[in-house]
Amino acid sequence: MKLDKQLVKEIAKVARLELTEEEIDKIEKDMDEVLNTFSKIQEVGTKDVKMSIQPVKLGNALREDEPKECLTQKEALSQVENKKDEYFVGPKAL
Amino acid sequence: MNILWGQKHFKMNLQELNQNYNCFNIIEELKEKEEGKLSGYQISVKDCICVKGMESTAGSAILKGYKPLFHATAVQKVLDEGCKIIGKTSQDEFGFGSFSMNVGIGYKQPLNPVDKQRVTGGSSGGSGCAVKLIEDKHVSLGESTGGSIVCPAAYCGIVGLCPTYGRVSRYGLLDYGNSLDKIGPMARTVEDCAKVLKIIAGYDPKDSTSLNEPVDDYESFLKKGVKGLKIGLVKESLDVDEEVKAEFMKTIESLKEKGAIVEQVSLPLTFKYGIEVYYIIALSEVSTNLSKYCGIRYGAEEKPEGSFNEYFAKVRSKNFGEEAKRRIMLGTFARMSGFRDAYYIKAAKVRTLIIQEYKKLFEHYDVLVTPTMPNVAPKTEDVKKLTPLQNYMMDVLTVGPNLAGLPHISVPIGDDLPVGFLVIGDHLQEGKIIQVADEV
Repeated sequence: MKLDKQLVKEIAKVARLELTEEEIDKIEKDMDEVLNTFSKIQEVGTKDVKMSIQPVKLGNALREDEPKECLTQKEALSQVENKKDEYFVGPKAL
Repeated sequence: MNILWGQKHFKMNLQELNQNYNCFNIIEELKEKEEGKLSGYQISVKDCICVKGMESTAGSAILKGYKPLFHATAVQKVLDEGCKIIGKTSQDEFGFGSFSMNVGIGYKQPLNPVDKQRVTGGSSGGSGCAVKLIEDKHVSLGESTGGSIVCPAAYCGIVGLCPTYGRVSRYGLLDYGNSLDKIGPMARTVEDCAKVLKIIAGYDPKDSTSLNEPVDDYESFLKKGVKGLKIGLVKESLDVDEEVKAEFMKTIESLKEKGAIVEQVSLPLTFKYGIEVYYIIALSEVSTNLSKYCGIRYGAEEKPEGSFNEYFAKVRSKNFGEEAKRRIMLGTFARMSGFRDAYYIKAAKVRTLIIQEYKKLFEHYDVLVTPTMPNVAPKTEDVKKLTPLQNYMMDVLTVGPNLAGLPHISVPIGDDLPVGFLVIGDHLQEGKIIQVADEV
């Protein structure tokens, strides 16, 4: 498959990355080379083969629905400067 | 601290050592108990594993300033046994590399302890370097997604053990690929790896993917010999540099002399498609995992201006390094509607076939062996000339056991520059790989 600049820009938008024109040119070239090689897996027959989401068999891990201690509000807010009163401050939503 | 530098012994503090080798991102001490099985041991911790109150960034500027409010389970377990934590070791940003050259913005590349012009291997390069240089009782907690424990172990000339997927809790690990990440010990001896693995292994209710299976007494597999053990030598793995092959074959001969039965085996699918399958899965997973780093709640932040999306994009673009951006882009593509079936889903199916290929061999063999890396540690200047794809191809020998979640251990061999001898076991057969590694 062939990547084009438009698709690279679309992927960057989805991934929330702002790339410069220079970065886009470089990434397009790198991605093209990598994806062409990766496409090789299409030749493997996988009819009736299930996906492996994990390499080992895992069951459901359930626990009792009991209240436990969690971070205090002060602790949760301790990692950032962007806070006010008891809240995180973020960019405007609207 | 006692340091072995070249062939000479020095007394040196860690700061001084670090000025020369960049093996630590943070040097800070922490001890919670005096007595225990690790009393007298110093433990360094790869930067991607959380230590409470100690800056933990996975080597990335986007987590600069992040001081976890809790210990990773593996860290808590070693602290409970009386060790002293001495700091956080340097690495490729989030584990994105095989040479520890893809460090995050503002971080320094660790240097090979045997020859500073060469790379340490990655991504647990700081751990590999520190273990080789520090002569006191010291073990590092490393982490592997596609070979990040055994690769630096091979290039630095130490022992690195990557356990079965789920054997050691991932709680408190800054994740790369959830279905691939494993925490494991890196040490100067197989014995120390066995000792620390026994302490950190086991079920953890905080990690729903940890295995609820009994933990073996790994130290009881030491000094058992290899007489009668069936070892499969993977023939595709012999397509490596001559010096590596020569050292590897010498070790094979010595294992035969000790009574092991060595036969050639084949993993055709794994060697033909392993790299592609590994990278598609790992990058798909990481592009999802890194979406949580958005400049709110912890880590790097900016003045909260513009729309949400503009703010996220600004923080992420400023703080992720070049390789991180490339991997996010590739992984996002592999999961995008229209491409997902051909890449991510297809790779997850081929992964099943690769796991089956290994499992079939373990019906007949106790362990499989290969060289760990196809070469000795390359020079930094030479690695700079490689394209991203050529970089990825260096993992040809390590992605297989990592994709299949199999335990594996690299033991140093070679008289000149270190070469790694890789022993791979079936799921939860850490004891057997320790048994063989101890005789290498």
